[in-house]
Amino acid sequence: MTRTTPVHVVGEVLATKRAGAYRHLTIAAPGVPERFRAGNFVAISVGDGRLARRPLWIHRVKETGAYGPTLDVVVEPRGPGSTWLAELPVGAHVPVTGPLGRPFALPREPVSCVLVGEGYAAAPLFPLAARLRERGCPVSLVLAADDEAHLLSALEARRSARSVSVVTRDGSVGVRGDVAAQVDAVLERADADVVYAAGTTATLAAVAVAAERRGAWSQVALETPMACGTGLCQGCPVPVVAEDGVTRRVRACVDGPVIRGDRVHWDGLG
Amino acid sequence: MVASGCGGTGRELAPYVDLDGLDLVTRSITLDARAGGAAPRVAETPSGLVHAVGHQNPGLEHFLATELPWLVRAGVRVHVSVVGASIGEYAELARRLSRAPGVAGLEINLGSPDQAGEDLFEVREPYHAASVVAAVRREFPADRPVLAKLRPDLSRAVEGARAVHDAGASGVVLGDAVPAAMPDGRPGGLCGPAITPVALRCVREVTALLPDVEVVGAGGVDGPATARAFLAAGAVGVQVGAALLHDPTTVARVRAALADDLADDLADDLAGGPDDPERTL
Repeated sequence: MTRTTPVHVVGEVLATKRAGAYRHLTIAAPGVPERFRAGNFVAISVGDGRLARRPLWIHRVKETGAYGPTLDVVVEPRGPGSTWLAELPVGAHVPVTGPLGRPFALPREPVSCVLVGEGYAAAPLFPLAARLRERGCPVSLVLAADDEAHLLSALEARRSARSVSVVTRDGSVGVRGDVAAQVDAVLERADADVVYAAGTTATLAAVAVAAERRGAWSQVALETPMACGTGLCQGCPVPVVAEDGVTRRVRACVDGPVIRGDRVHWDGLG
Repeated sequence: MVASGCGGTGRELAPYVDLDGLDLVTRSITLDARAGGAAPRVAETPSGLVHAVGHQNPGLEHFLATELPWLVRAGVRVHVSVVGASIGEYAELARRLSRAPGVAGLEINLGSPDQAGEDLFEVREPYHAASVVAAVRREFPADRPVLAKLRPDLSRAVEGARAVHDAGASGVVLGDAVPAAMPDGRPGGLCGPAITPVALRCVREVTALLPDVEVVGAGGVDGPATARAFLAAGAVGVQVGAALLHDPTTVARVRAALADDLADDLADDLAGGPDDPERTL
C-alpha cells in the first residue's frame, strides 16, 4: 500500500483499438507506468472547455517498448467527455496525471483470491491478477457485463487467472444473470480468503457483504465520479466506518479508490 | 495565490507545485467540523464547474493541530479562509488563528453559494459584510492582512468593497463563485473560465472607483494570459482556483510567468519604464 508520487505530464496516444463497446488507448506518459501499482488510475483532462477530468483505471503498463513506458486505459464512450477521449486519434496529446489513488493491497501469503470485475471497471483486475499469480496466489476471476460487447477479454484474463468465468445479464456469453446474485456461490467454490471487486456500487456492495459472511477480506475499487482525481476538490465523498465505529467522509480519489469493503457505509454512498 | 477550496489541504498539491513560498488560501474553516454536502458535489458545465461541497472541513481544532503545522513546515504562506454562522464565530476564529504560529493572513468567506450557506451568517447587505470584517479585524493583528472575498456581482461589488475596506479589510478578492444551480436543482456556485469576464468587469469597476482598495482577482484564472488580464484590470494579484482541478501545475506556471513579467518591468523601470511595485502573487 506504499504510495508513490504522481506526476502531471503531457501524454501521447500511441495506439487505439476498438474492443466491443470500448476503446482501448495506449498512451506514452513518461513517469506514470514506472510508478504504477494495480488499482491505480490516471486523471485525463479532456478538451473543449470541459474542466472536470476523467478518471480511468490503468489496465496495463509496459515498462519497455519501442516508445518507452506506456499505459493502457479502457474508455466507454458514454458522455461528451468519454466520447471525446474515445475518438482521440493516434498522435494526439493529452494532459495525464497519475498514477493516482491507493492501489490494491496484496496478501503476504499465497491465499486463494477471487476477483470480480464488471464492465470496463474490470480493467484494474488484470494487472492485479498478474501480481497475485507472481505471489503464488490461486486466482479465480469472474468477468461480468450486461452483454458480450461490454465484456473485457476473457481470453487475455486466462493468462494470469487459474479459472475465469463469465456472467452476462443477457446471457450472450457465459452464465446468464446478475453477478451480485452469484457471488456467494463463486466464493464458496474458490474457497476464497480474499475478494477483490471492481464494478458498479450495487455489485461492490453485494461482494463486500458476501465476503463478510464468509469471513473473507474484501477490497473494492469504487467507481465514483471525480472532478479532479487528485484530492483537491472534495468532490468524491465516500462514507467510511473507521476503526472507532465513527462514520467519516473520505475522498474516493486519494483515500481510495480501493477501500476495504467492510468499511464502506454502502447505504450512505450516493 | 491558490484560491480557497481548490488546494485541498495543501498536501495534494505537493507533487505538482513547489510549495515553498507559495501563497495558499485554505478551504474555509469553521469552528466545528462539517461533513459537507451530499454527492454529487461537482458538476461540469461549459467552461465551468458548479460545486456544492458544503464546506466539508475538520473544524478549527483539527486544522490547527494537523493541517496548519504541515503547511507551515512546507514553507507555505498560509492564508486561512474563515466562515461562521454568526459574527461571534467569525471573531472567535480570528482570535484563535491570530495566536496560531504561521498564519500569514486571513480571508473572510462572506457566505456560501451552496446549501451550506443556509446555516451560515447571512451577508445580504454591505453593512453585514462590514460587521463581519470589523469583528475579525478587532481580533487579528493589524500587521497581517485580512482579505474579504466578495461575490462578483456588479450591482453590489463597489459598495461591498467600500464597506469592507472602511471596516478594516486589507483588500478584497473578486470574486467568489457565482450562485448557480446544480443539475438536480440544489444551490451551488459556478466557477472556472465561464465567470472570468464577470469577475474582470467587477475588478475593473472597483479599482476605477475605489483606487485605495487593493483587489485580488479571481475567477477562471487558467494561465498567464488570464492572470495578466486581471492585473491589467487593476488587480494587485490573482488567485488560481478551479484550474488546479484540471491541471494542478497551473499555479506554478502563472507564478513563474508573472515573476518574469515583474523582472521585465523592473528592467524597464531602471530604464525609466512603467512602475508597478505592488504587483504580487
